[in-house]
Amino acid sequence: MNTATTNLTEPGFNFAYLDEQTKRSIRRGLLKAVAIPGHQIPFSSREMPMSYGWGTGGIQVTASVIGKSDTLKVIDQGADDTTNAVNIRRFFKKVCGVKTTEKTTEATLIQTRHRIPETPLNEGQVMVYQVPIPEPLRWIEPSEPETRKMHALEEYGAMYVKLYEDITQYGHIATAYDYPVMVNNRYMMRPSPIPRFDNPKLNMNPALQLFGAGREKRLYALPPYTTVKSLDFEDHPFSVETWDKPCEFCGATDSYLDEVVIDNEGGRMWICSDTDYCEETQKS
Amino acid sequence: MTIQPLLTVEQLTKTYGEIQACDRISFSLYPGQILGIIGESGSGKTTLLNAIAHRLPIDSGQVTYHNSIKPTHLAQLPEPDRRRLMRTEWGFVQQNPRDGLRMNVTAGANIGERLMDIGQRHYGNIRTAASKWLAQVEIPPERIDAFPHTFSGGMQQRLQLARVLVTQPKLVLMDEPTGGLDVSVQARLLDLLRSLVRTLNLSVILVTHDIGVVRLLAHRLMVMQGGQVVEQGLTDQVLDDPQHPYTQQLVSATLLP
Repeated sequence: MNTATTNLTEPGFNFAYLDEQTKRSIRRGLLKAVAIPGHQIPFSSREMPMSYGWGTGGIQVTASVIGKSDTLKVIDQGADDTTNAVNIRRFFKKVCGVKTTEKTTEATLIQTRHRIPETPLNEGQVMVYQVPIPEPLRWIEPSEPETRKMHALEEYGAMYVKLYEDITQYGHIATAYDYPVMVNNRYMMRPSPIPRFDNPKLNMNPALQLFGAGREKRLYALPPYTTVKSLDFEDHPFSVETWDKPCEFCGATDSYLDEVVIDNEGGRMWICSDTDYCEETQKS
Repeated sequence: MTIQPLLTVEQLTKTYGEIQACDRISFSLYPGQILGIIGESGSGKTTLLNAIAHRLPIDSGQVTYHNSIKPTHLAQLPEPDRRRLMRTEWGFVQQNPRDGLRMNVTAGANIGERLMDIGQRHYGNIRTAASKWLAQVEIPPERIDAFPHTFSGGMQQRLQLARVLVTQPKLVLMDEPTGGLDVSVQARLLDLLRSLVRTLNLSVILVTHDIGVVRLLAHRLMVMQGGQVVEQGLTDQVLDDPQHPYTQQLVSATLLP
C-alpha cells in the first residue's frame, strides 16, 4: 500500500469498508448475474453503516468492484450535490481514498439512484444502481416461490395486466418510473426507479450495468451491449416523456427536466435533473 | 366408429396421512359431456377435482387427456406444458369467485389476462374479446371497466366463467359454481351454463352437493362417499332408481319444490 492512500483513508477499516471475503462473495454473485442478464441472484447482504432504503445494495456492489485506480461518481436524482450523493461519495473517499468526480466522462464507476446520466456512457465504465424492489412481478404475485417459477417458465402475461389497466384508466401507459423491461428476450427486469425517459439508454449500452438490492438481498446485471426492450402493446407502443420547453439554465431540449417550485405564488421552472450535463451544456 | 374419450382417469388415489381422500377412482369423460360429482362434505369431491388438474400431488393412478393430436399423461407432462394446458385448453372455476378473479383489476383485465398469458399483445383486440365474452355471460359490456368488487355474487361468478372461457377451453372443472348464490341467481347461472356448454361443445366436471344442480346439468353422475365412488351412471337413472343405500338416503333427503 502506498503512503498517499494510507494518509487519505480512515484508519481501522479494510479497503472499501467490507472485508475481502464478503467482497469476493458479492463478486461471485455479480459474475453469475452477468452470465444470466436480468436474472436475480440472491446474495448475503451485509449490515451497512446506513439504513435500508438509502442505497445499501448499491454501496455493497460498489464496495465489491471498486479498485484503487477507480474514479467514482455518485448521482442522486440526477444531481451530484444532494445529501445521498454527497454522503456516499464521502464514505468511499474515506474508506478507499479513491478519486471522486462529478463529471460523467471522467468517472470509471458511477453509483446512481433514479437516473442514468444524459452523457452517453462508454466501454469500460461501470454503472451501479440502487434497487428498492427487484421483483417486477411482485405487485401481481406476492409469493416468492411463485414469482421464481414464473421467471423460470417465462410466464410474463400477468405483467401486461398492469399495462392494460394503465391504458384503461388513463388512456396511455402511465407507469412513469421503474418501467418493466425484457432483458435479452428472456428475463423480465425492474430497472430500479429510473424514469421511463432513461429506459432506452439501458438498451445496447456499452457500459457494464450492475444492480444491487440490499434489503431484498438480490443482485442482477446487464452486460455491455445487451438488448433491453420496454414492455408495450402493439397498438400502444412504448414512448418517453417529452417537454414543450427547454431547460431554463442551459437550454437543453434533449434532457430529462425537473419541475422546481420557486416561490409561494406557484411560480415554477423547468431545469435539467442531470446537474453535470447542465453545467457542461452551459459552458459550451 | 367409437368416440374417443376426452379424459380418462384410472385408479386415482390420494391420501392425507390416514385419511383416504380419493380411493382408486376411475372414469372417462367424453367430448360435450357434463359429469356431475356429488357427495357430502368431506367425501373427497374437491380433492378429486384438484387431483385431476394436478393442483396437488397424487399418490398413484393416471390421468390421461386426449387432445386432437395424441393422448397426454398429465403426471408425465413437464410442468411448463402442464401450466400452459391449464390456462389454454383447461379451465378451473372456483366456488368463491374471489379465488378465481383478480379483485383489484377491472373486469376487462380479468378476462384479458388469459389472452395476455398466451401471448396476445394488442390492446384493442384484447378489449374486443373481453366485451364479447362479457356479453356472452350476460354482463352488460359497458361494465368492462368496473372492478369485480362492484359486481353482485352472481355477476362475479359469471365473470369468472368468462375469464376461463375466453381461451375456448375444451374441459372445464367446476368446484361448486353455484355455492353461495341465492336460488334465482343460481337458476340463471345454470341456464347460462347449459347453453354455453351446448354452443361451445364444452366438457365439464361439475362438483356439487346440490342434487337440483346435477339433475339440471349433468349427463352422468358419480356419487362419492368417504373417498370412494359408491355409484355411477346416467343422472336420471341414478337419481330415479338409486341402488346404494347412501344414494337412496341422499335422494330421499332432498326437499322437493
